[in-house]
Amino acid sequence: MSDIADRVKKIVVEHLGVEEDKVTESASFIDDLGADSLDTVELVMAFEEEFGIEIPDDAAETIQTFGDAVKFISEAA
Amino acid sequence: MFDLTGKTALVTGASGGIGADIARTLHAAGATVGLSGTRTEPLQALAAELGARAHVLPCNLSDPQAVEGLVKQAAEAMGAVDILVNNAGITRDGLVMRMSDEDWQAVIDVNLTATFRLCRAAIRGMMKARWGRIVNISSVVGQTGNAGQVNYAASKAGMVGLSKSLAAEVASRGITVNCVAPGFIETAMTGKLNEAQRAGILGAVPAGRMGRPEEIAAAVLYLASPEAGYVTGATLHVNGGMAMV
Repeated sequence: MSDIADRVKKIVVEHLGVEEDKVTESASFIDDLGADSLDTVELVMAFEEEFGIEIPDDAAETIQTFGDAVKFISEAA
Repeated sequence: MFDLTGKTALVTGASGGIGADIARTLHAAGATVGLSGTRTEPLQALAAELGARAHVLPCNLSDPQAVEGLVKQAAEAMGAVDILVNNAGITRDGLVMRMSDEDWQAVIDVNLTATFRLCRAAIRGMMKARWGRIVNISSVVGQTGNAGQVNYAASKAGMVGLSKSLAAEVASRGITVNCVAPGFIETAMTGKLNEAQRAGILGAVPAGRMGRPEEIAAAVLYLASPEAGYVTGATLHVNGGMAMV
């Protein structure tokens, strides 16, 4: 697993308090990992901080799964 | 009850009469306080009076960049911002027909927009901590209106709407957002009124006297306390009965 994916997973696990093995490629933050809308905003802000990138609102809306997040950040970072 | 030991509180407008008493009261309850205001001297005098657990954080709230930086500075000085009291406010009174855009905008900028910016900056840390208290100092005129104060009354009513909306957004994270709405309070500002003006005001106050700054501070202390954890989106009116809303 790439370094980015590891760092994203760490944030997701810490923030949502979920088991690491639940955070799979296709795991949806809201449907599978129990996030609410505020959690998703917090996650996006945590990603921005960790990777020093800006994630605009329209892009943030497309980040639904762990895989989406890794893909977006890999392209942006 | 109302023990704030170990908590940190940022108070804007701490150089003024009400703000200074809010800071004193939170400090007396055990909180570490960040004293913000435009005039450094009174802030330093207050910090000297309080002794330990007091930090001076000057900030011009009409400067967006300074506002953005204030919460960060406060968190650096105190370790966190657990409690935010948006007390700073200005007036630029005048009848609508004679009110300039500048006088309208200046009041909205400092009273409402700076409150929004400080709330936005402060809730980040509060969300992580899963605990936070925001107390916005509104005014009775936000509810009742007052001739000559369309800008001020709009800003103070705006704070109430802002507080209710933000309260709904962050309630699940242990953060409460409330307002205190003072009526006529004994401060340097009301001290300038002449006898006839005072009599006119007091005629409208069932309690028959002006409020004291410490009576506003006590309301803030309650809303900032752990005991008020189930109170959010509320406006606590402290006005001697002049408006029973």
